[in-house]
Amino acid sequence: MNEAQVIADRLIEIVGDRAEAEATVSTGREALTRFANSFIHQNVGEDAVAIRLRVAVDGRVAALTGNLVDDEALQRLVDDALEAASLQPVDAEWAGLTPPTPVNSSDRSDPATAAASPEDRAEVVRQFIAAGPDYLAAGYCDTSDQQIGFANSLGQRAAGRNTRASIDGIHQTGESAGSGHQTSRSIGDLDGAATGGQATSLARQGMGAYDIKPGHYEVVLSPECVATIIVFLTFYGFNGKAVEDGRSFVDLGAEQFDPKVTLVDDPLSEDALWVPFDAEGTPRVGLDLIRNGITSGVTHDRRTAAKAGVESTGHAHEASAAWGPMAANLRIQAGGTEFEDMISTVERGLYVTTFNYCRVLDPKSMVVTGLSRNGTFMIEHGKITGAVTNLRFTQSFISGIGPGNVMTVGNDVRYADSEFGAGFVRAPSLQLASWNFTGGAEG
Amino acid sequence: MFDPAARAVEAALAGGAEYADARFVESREEQIQAQNGRVESVDRGESLGVGVRALIGSSWGFFATPDLSDSALDAAGRRAVDIARASAVAPGPAMPLADVPVVEAEYETPHEEPPFEVSLSEKVDLFTGITTTMAGVEGIRIATASFGAWDTHKWFVSSQGHRIHQHIVETGGGFDATAVGEAETQRRSYPQSFGQYETGGFEVIRRWDFPAHAERIAEEAAALLSADQCPEGEMTLILEGSQLALQIHESVGHAIELDRILGWEAAFAGTSHLELPKLGTHRYGSELMNITADATLPGALGTFGFDDEGTPSQRVPIVDEGRWVGVLSGRDSASIADLPPGGMVRADGYNRLPMVRMTNVGLLPGSSSLDEMVAETERGVLMSTNRSWSIDDKRLNFQFGCEIGWLIENGKLGKMVKNPTYTGITPRFWAQLDMLAGEDEWVHWGTPNCGKGQPMQVAHTGHSASPGRFAEVRVGVRG
Repeated sequence: MNEAQVIADRLIEIVGDRAEAEATVSTGREALTRFANSFIHQNVGEDAVAIRLRVAVDGRVAALTGNLVDDEALQRLVDDALEAASLQPVDAEWAGLTPPTPVNSSDRSDPATAAASPEDRAEVVRQFIAAGPDYLAAGYCDTSDQQIGFANSLGQRAAGRNTRASIDGIHQTGESAGSGHQTSRSIGDLDGAATGGQATSLARQGMGAYDIKPGHYEVVLSPECVATIIVFLTFYGFNGKAVEDGRSFVDLGAEQFDPKVTLVDDPLSEDALWVPFDAEGTPRVGLDLIRNGITSGVTHDRRTAAKAGVESTGHAHEASAAWGPMAANLRIQAGGTEFEDMISTVERGLYVTTFNYCRVLDPKSMVVTGLSRNGTFMIEHGKITGAVTNLRFTQSFISGIGPGNVMTVGNDVRYADSEFGAGFVRAPSLQLASWNFTGGAEG
Repeated sequence: MFDPAARAVEAALAGGAEYADARFVESREEQIQAQNGRVESVDRGESLGVGVRALIGSSWGFFATPDLSDSALDAAGRRAVDIARASAVAPGPAMPLADVPVVEAEYETPHEEPPFEVSLSEKVDLFTGITTTMAGVEGIRIATASFGAWDTHKWFVSSQGHRIHQHIVETGGGFDATAVGEAETQRRSYPQSFGQYETGGFEVIRRWDFPAHAERIAEEAAALLSADQCPEGEMTLILEGSQLALQIHESVGHAIELDRILGWEAAFAGTSHLELPKLGTHRYGSELMNITADATLPGALGTFGFDDEGTPSQRVPIVDEGRWVGVLSGRDSASIADLPPGGMVRADGYNRLPMVRMTNVGLLPGSSSLDEMVAETERGVLMSTNRSWSIDDKRLNFQFGCEIGWLIENGKLGKMVKNPTYTGITPRFWAQLDMLAGEDEWVHWGTPNCGKGQPMQVAHTGHSASPGRFAEVRVGVRG
């Protein structure tokens, strides 16, 4: 039994028979070493505790959070939650607590990562910086060790532990930049030299960039760009609350995407990073969101599931009442194409390494505007022939990977950094027939 | 209540820190969400803890803990030093601190009705009532309203002798209506798209009189579904105040952050098109453009007594008649750039490292009015309320979408248009500012969700603005 589980159990014990209650507790250590101008300039760590208690008294629901674990503080948290609930109107859509259900064992921790020191992170950073001694490097290396405990008053209990480590950064030449990224359960997997080498290589190739005219271009997108597309589609579309509200593009059973695209939420896979139960204590299982281009699933928590007449898919999180349930173990099924082979088939197009500052113009059509960053390259006659300046796009993410637009899927699936952060999406490179660029660096 | 912070500072000094400071922060938060006449969630949170910062040579080390035991505070101070020391693996130039007054002081946000003392039932009734009104308008599928309040006590201690207690109170909220069509959604919101937040108590909510605007907002959302598309092309653009506030935030506020200019945010938030040697001479915009960073503005969301390094709040000129003259800075960044420290360093909670954040970066009012701008426009579009925002990593190439637009022809407001967008390049766009409304229409808009830094921090910033007019802007960009 972990420390977080002990605290969760104690909260439920204090509530007793006064209410339905569920408690989620997270304890652990987070640390991040940040570098810029090729030196470490920010370096932080914390012993973190997060407690969330949700109670329901005759259908009156309230949730409180805190970070104090002594018994007096836990007693006060419970009393405050019960008082807050008593002041609520009845929630007619309260779907009740998760009944006792087996949860898969979930120790997803790596001891070396849990014990990682500032020196361990600094060494990864040093390697990244050293890969480009003539360049300016910037980025971070972080490690996380979390214990999660869940308990509710119906007797459902779950506990888990997970670790994560990332190196993410850029090298800059003064006129160009290139990026590199790695995420893993284990800090031992991080190769600062290789990631830094990738960044220097892209930065070097990015020199001498020239402006091109906006328009529709064939593109090869890096895993980072693909991860951003996927998190946007998931947040705004494959989200039970968005579907219920009518804001989502999702049309279950329809061929909304190219047949080459299969997207799954895969919380039980060997390299999944997060614990296999959600904030309501519901076990997570695999869920197809897109299967061979056909929209196949939607994420649910208990409330959206009850409204839709289905079972929860285990995607509740702390803020799902407002934002809707979310998937966080996303993976696009790999294709069989080598990255170099993708490039070799492009007659005239662009290789985009990073998307930046994407925002949705309309969630139903998923038209999104954003920019390229840290390297955009012209491909001509099957070869990268030079760099172009950053471009703005305004493009429907649905049609971007829609029927007929995905030419090849890469075999290079890995954890990629999306606009929502690292560790949520494993994605390959994609070759797309058309992408709509609406402006260049000059407007 | 200075003791926990003081103990952590002592431990850091004993461990070898050249300078150390610590914040003991105790905060309460309440968030209420309502949708279609029912409460969707009521979340209340409390947290407290100490974050200690130690400087050795070129590097900060920072460690935070919610454990207030003597042993934990001692350990936090030592860990901050260990972390700073580990940075020597990749060392940089020395990080001197600019001099600031060493003070012992108290500050409290002026407020009338403490937001946590207003009954939950009154708040719930107000916000569910608004959504009931909007949901009753034909065509509205989703009507939501939200309320948020923060009550924060900070006790700041430094190894130089600072002892500062601040009590910051922030309150706000807003609502929106969404109409869902066959292949599109249209949304209208009030007072602005993220809600309006200010420093102050529940009187902020009462002043904006939410119920009086609910039906109109819902009717506009429904009407947008059948409105014409915003035309494409170059034309005169008038922005109402809240959209101009976000334009200031994105294309001025972030660009003038000294840590970005120095390259410290290059990998994540980005850098800036501004270069320090051009400070004082660079033309940012037209002569109507006068921008200040003013942490002393009563009621604005970026107002406080002292920043999280203990520097007193102040008003700093940023753009003077179109000329760039100032930056947002803290003690280390100001010293490196040889500029006076601006007192603009804040952290999102006890467990985050303070960094350069906007205070109230606002555009001073002009002498015109929205009515006069419309009357003097031959062909253009008036856009209101932000819907989407995107700008590049140097804060140059931007594209904004608004919730609603109205065509202007021959000096008169015409028909409503949907999906209005505009795009531009920062200095070129600001050079096109040719009319600016006056003090009567000047509002301290609040942005409660400014993200920056790793680990990600959310800051509350203020942006005063009145409506403004821009000549020959590219509008109507679509995918």
